[in-house]
Amino acid sequence: MQNSRQELDAILTRFKGRHGALIPLLQEVQQLEGYLKKDTLKYVSEQMGVSAAEIFGVATFYSMFRLKPQGKYVIRVCKGTACHVSGANTILNAIRENLKLEGDEDTTEDTLFTVMEVACLGCCSLAPVIMIGDQTYGKLTPEAIPGVLGKFAK
Amino acid sequence: MEKIIAKLGLGSCGIAAGAGEVWTELEKIVHDEKYLVKLEKTACIGMCFEEPVLELSGPGKPTVMLGTVSPGDVKSILDGYLSNTLEYNNIILHEHKEAVHNDLIGNQQRIVLRNCGVIDPESLDDYEAAGGYQALRKALTLKPMDIIDEVKASGLRGRGGAGFSTGMKWQFAFNARSDKKYIVCNADEGDPGAFMDRSTLEGDPHAIIEGMIIGAYAMGADEGYLYVRAEYPMAIKHLRKAIADAEAKGYLGQNILGKGFNCELHIKEGAGAFVCGEETALMQSIEGKRGMPTIRPPFPAESGLWGKPTNINNVETWANIPWIITHGADAFRKFGTEKSPGTKVFALAGKIKNSGLIEVPMGMTLHDVIYKVGGGIKDGKKFKGVQLGGPSGGCVPASLLDTTVDYDSINKTGAIMGSGGMVVMDEDSCMVDIARFFLNFTQNESCGKCTFCRIGTRRMLEILTRITEGKGVMEDIEKLEQLAVKIIKGSLCGLGQTAPNPVLTTLRYFRDEYIAHIEEKRCPAHSCTALLKYEVVPDKCVGCTACARKCPVQCISGAVKQVHEIDQSKCIKCGACYTACKFNAITKV
Repeated sequence: MQNSRQELDAILTRFKGRHGALIPLLQEVQQLEGYLKKDTLKYVSEQMGVSAAEIFGVATFYSMFRLKPQGKYVIRVCKGTACHVSGANTILNAIRENLKLEGDEDTTEDTLFTVMEVACLGCCSLAPVIMIGDQTYGKLTPEAIPGVLGKFAK
Repeated sequence: MEKIIAKLGLGSCGIAAGAGEVWTELEKIVHDEKYLVKLEKTACIGMCFEEPVLELSGPGKPTVMLGTVSPGDVKSILDGYLSNTLEYNNIILHEHKEAVHNDLIGNQQRIVLRNCGVIDPESLDDYEAAGGYQALRKALTLKPMDIIDEVKASGLRGRGGAGFSTGMKWQFAFNARSDKKYIVCNADEGDPGAFMDRSTLEGDPHAIIEGMIIGAYAMGADEGYLYVRAEYPMAIKHLRKAIADAEAKGYLGQNILGKGFNCELHIKEGAGAFVCGEETALMQSIEGKRGMPTIRPPFPAESGLWGKPTNINNVETWANIPWIITHGADAFRKFGTEKSPGTKVFALAGKIKNSGLIEVPMGMTLHDVIYKVGGGIKDGKKFKGVQLGGPSGGCVPASLLDTTVDYDSINKTGAIMGSGGMVVMDEDSCMVDIARFFLNFTQNESCGKCTFCRIGTRRMLEILTRITEGKGVMEDIEKLEQLAVKIIKGSLCGLGQTAPNPVLTTLRYFRDEYIAHIEEKRCPAHSCTALLKYEVVPDKCVGCTACARKCPVQCISGAVKQVHEIDQSKCIKCGACYTACKFNAITKV
């Protein structure tokens, strides 16, 4: 915890006085802590002299910021046009079923995976596509999902 | 003995298709077995559907390009090429012989993509060897106004979609009086189904940077931003390296090339908001705020970033600039049409054979783009429509395939040129569902500032969802049309003003599909799940039980070698039986 606070302070120091710094700052904070914690945002607000409302406004506007803990691996399911016409929905359903996610849950109980829908990953010729971490998987079928996810399971 | 060169495409698409493993194998073989082969990296070659793509060339040997290469093929390919006995089942380009895709390349004209798939994007030396930064050297000997006149004379129009004259836009920024001006590269490519800018950023980052430095000099700016989607990590990596290399070589920074001109460029990573592709929203986002559009005027040329005059151009527009300065406006005008000179990069995707990145002269017909360059429709299916311009665009039907690719002709169809996404739909694509898909997208991405955009798109989405579920009524069509007009009128920015386009164009060209959904409760494309039924064709069923074994809800009954039956009351319409059947004995009705 102590270390983490020091690293956080180091980030804040680097961004102090720079204009237009709020978004990259929050990106780094999220990188450090996994998601944007309420207490951390309060601390950022005090240290940077930016109102908590402004920070919260920015954090909720952009889809990349997360206010809840997320899994070790983030699965981005592409919902772009090419993927949509190639069956992205069946891929998403297969993933959710495989990970036993119900209702609006997006993170598995063991916090290994978080499933996110994204607009377009730009690999349209490989549709349907998902990304796990930095790795892209293309030309998927629902049957291929257990195998792909299996590589990441503990 | 001179070495042969093996060049591998390592863009995002290539890596996703397994090019990373092929590269590792190449390195291993060449290093361990001391092959006389020089390995080179490049980015997007444009033929995404053939990735991983390997190009071989060497003294006295033909240049050949091989598609769908796997690590296991590497050794036999190298051996074959070195001993002039290359045999491979997927030679996609061959200098001297007929190959699968000689046509695909022959019908293209590469200005923006001149270096993509040719040079190593991480090498400044490669870019310079291809004539890079010569345009900047030339520009710095010219008067700023001469550069702007040249850009005006070229007739270049904004490639981000709206098609406004780039030269005029530069003139406005030039005219603005201020102690500080900014230039911005809009690389927030958010349209689903579009990857032109990603490929250019990954494949030739210096071209964009050189264009920006020339622009900054012409307009009197000394600082610029590249606003890049965070979903494009490789593009960001290549840009960072390119900026650092250009600084080290004196193309960027203080006293550029000793001419007393200063310019610095920064990268801003987006944080995931489609509306930030709109220029005023983009500037808000660079300033660290919520990316909500502001009222124009004042236009960015008068008051943009931090209230200073700002010029914003899209990636493709910037990448055209060095070519225009080097070759001149007249050479540029040799391509394209009178009102839309030059070329356009398109991302071909969807149900098309050759999906990938292409660049064609403006004025080519949609038919030629899809059939000559794109190779036609996949799996022998029938063409239904092509979606242009993403969520702001529309679907063009088969009857309008003679439309030429230029700003004004495409606008007449109700679609827009947009940034260059071209998604091809076949008989299995439901046009009502496509309209619903785009409305779902814009509805999600609306920033919420304008009431009609925020709530109107939501209402339209609800109506469209109802129709795809077979619960629509005929009055819904009228309601959609009324809402569309109001959203267009009542929205501040391009997102809202164009959001109804996908609905309006599908209503215009595919109205019968809407009516079939509403009146007959039928989806002609057999795509909308709620209106779909899977049935066994008794004549074709051989009773192999493959479908029954795959059915997740056990609703298929029938003994071995007997005709099977689907219990419609239990069927969840997952389509598993349809895929499992090898005898085409299951049909969608």
